[in-house]
Amino acid sequence: MSAPARIGPVFRREFGAYFASPLAGIFLVIFLFMSGIFTFQLGGFYERGQADLRPFFTGQPWLYLFLVPALSMRLWAEDRRTGTIELLLTLPVSVRDLVVAKFLAAWAFACAALALTVPLWITVAWLGNPDHGAILVGYLACALLSGTFLALGAFLSAFTKNQVIAFVLCGVAGFLLLVTGFPIVLDFVSGWLPRIAVEAISSMSALTHFEGMMRGVLDLRDVLYFVSLTVAFLFLNGIVVEWKKAE
Amino acid sequence: MKELIVGRGLRKSFGAFEAVRGIDLTVPAGQVLGFLGPNGAGKSTTMRMLTGFLEPTAGTVHLDGIALADDPIAAKRTFGYLPEGAPAYGDMRVEEFLLFVARTRGYDAAEARRRVDAAIDRLHLGPYRKQLVETLSKGYKRRTGLAQAILHDPPILILDEPTDGLDPNQKHEVRELIRRLGGERAVVLSTHILEEVEAVCTRAVIINEGRIVFDGTPGELDSKAPGSVTRNRMDHVFRMLTTSDVREPAGARGGSR
Ligand SMILES: Nc1ncnc2c1ncn2[C@@H]1O[C@H](COP(=O)(O)OP(=O)(O)OP(=O)(O)O)[C@@H](O)[C@H]1O
Ligand SMILES: [Mg+2]
Repeated sequence: MSAPARIGPVFRREFGAYFASPLAGIFLVIFLFMSGIFTFQLGGFYERGQADLRPFFTGQPWLYLFLVPALSMRLWAEDRRTGTIELLLTLPVSVRDLVVAKFLAAWAFACAALALTVPLWITVAWLGNPDHGAILVGYLACALLSGTFLALGAFLSAFTKNQVIAFVLCGVAGFLLLVTGFPIVLDFVSGWLPRIAVEAISSMSALTHFEGMMRGVLDLRDVLYFVSLTVAFLFLNGIVVEWKKAE
Repeated sequence: MKELIVGRGLRKSFGAFEAVRGIDLTVPAGQVLGFLGPNGAGKSTTMRMLTGFLEPTAGTVHLDGIALADDPIAAKRTFGYLPEGAPAYGDMRVEEFLLFVARTRGYDAAEARRRVDAAIDRLHLGPYRKQLVETLSKGYKRRTGLAQAILHDPPILILDEPTDGLDPNQKHEVRELIRRLGGERAVVLSTHILEEVEAVCTRAVIINEGRIVFDGTPGELDSKAPGSVTRNRMDHVFRMLTTSDVREPAGARGGSR
């Protein structure tokens, strides 16, 4: 069977599941509202007198901290709680295909939400003369970062039957992944760690890589960072599913 | 007769506790095997190993000649499985859920639709096809689980308490269905109802504390009861076999591993 035929049904079921509850609507409203606030209010859009999406992109990682866990928390925890995991794992599909299908469903939803912010882009294009190439790279950064967070969240969701726990774990882990690149944290550790260690920590941070791309710099190393981290989390996800399925 | 299910030396430990302690089970085509035993005897655990949901701590499973450990995907095509409690996606409609299972099994849209319609007919789910699974009564939820298990017309059926929670009419209907399905298939069903074994099974296996304590025809099970027992003879034998006074001391639980 071809990959789309193997993955398609589970992908569609998982994508549809977001719309079976009020979650999709609530998620989209909060996401779009907060993205607007970041763009026009918190970012000092009017004061800066510059029409670009920098404030919008600056806000995205922090929005993802609590919105991505809302998407990823149910991915495995729900199947484990309701017992449908037993159904899934006794159908003729591999765990790898299930992991990929569930991840892609959540990521497709996140990317669709991101696409709904394009009116912000149109607004700044209308108000001024932004660098469209840079904005495109910024959007790519958002898609990659949300994918990495989702893979992390899916992996953590497989540890528990409790979606609230899955949500909190993902939020905390995502926060750690971000703050290791935070100036305060880096200043703090640079006091007692050698320079090379500080740089290693900083290069591990999702924020460091995100900020590079957010400024419009398309560096393959940043892309590679997000992609490899995503793949690594999905790989671990499969292992945890096998390990925890029967508990 | 073709041996469709072959489980050899199956064992399963959860931590220090050994739930299944060496079960050999061979089920040929045409046999309907009733799997009996007290709560916690290891029936579901054994079925989970036969279906590949749980990896055995020791032992092997062959389904229709395919080694489960070597080619799990191919082996999983050979059976339909109703897990304990008939889990299903509550937020889907009956028809939608069955279509999901059919598509996941690899059927194209038209073929999936045809098979789902046939399964819905077979289990008399017609009036409920548009209903959300989570709003179904227990009996209809179980029927949905059965429909899901027979969609692909598998040579093997593994059903964990298929009539649990059904009213007497539905019990009767599902037993008729299982009898009809029996035919050329190998069926393993677990149950707590001994008359059910008499009604639908051609073989009865009783397990207790992870071991087989009886394996024979329902008639042989009945004949093990002393002549003085006139009512519920099978219940009597079941109690004899699973509540003997010579029980293992509690400390020996799991001590073998
Ligand atoms: N994931 C698990 N972790 C720990 N122990 C388990 C697990 N699954 C089952 N057990 C234990 O294994 C034993 C056998 O359980 P199993 O569900 O197979 O029994 P059963 O024969 O199906 O019982 P019932 O008739 O109540 O359905 C029980 O003591 C149970 O507590
Ligand atoms: Mg059971």
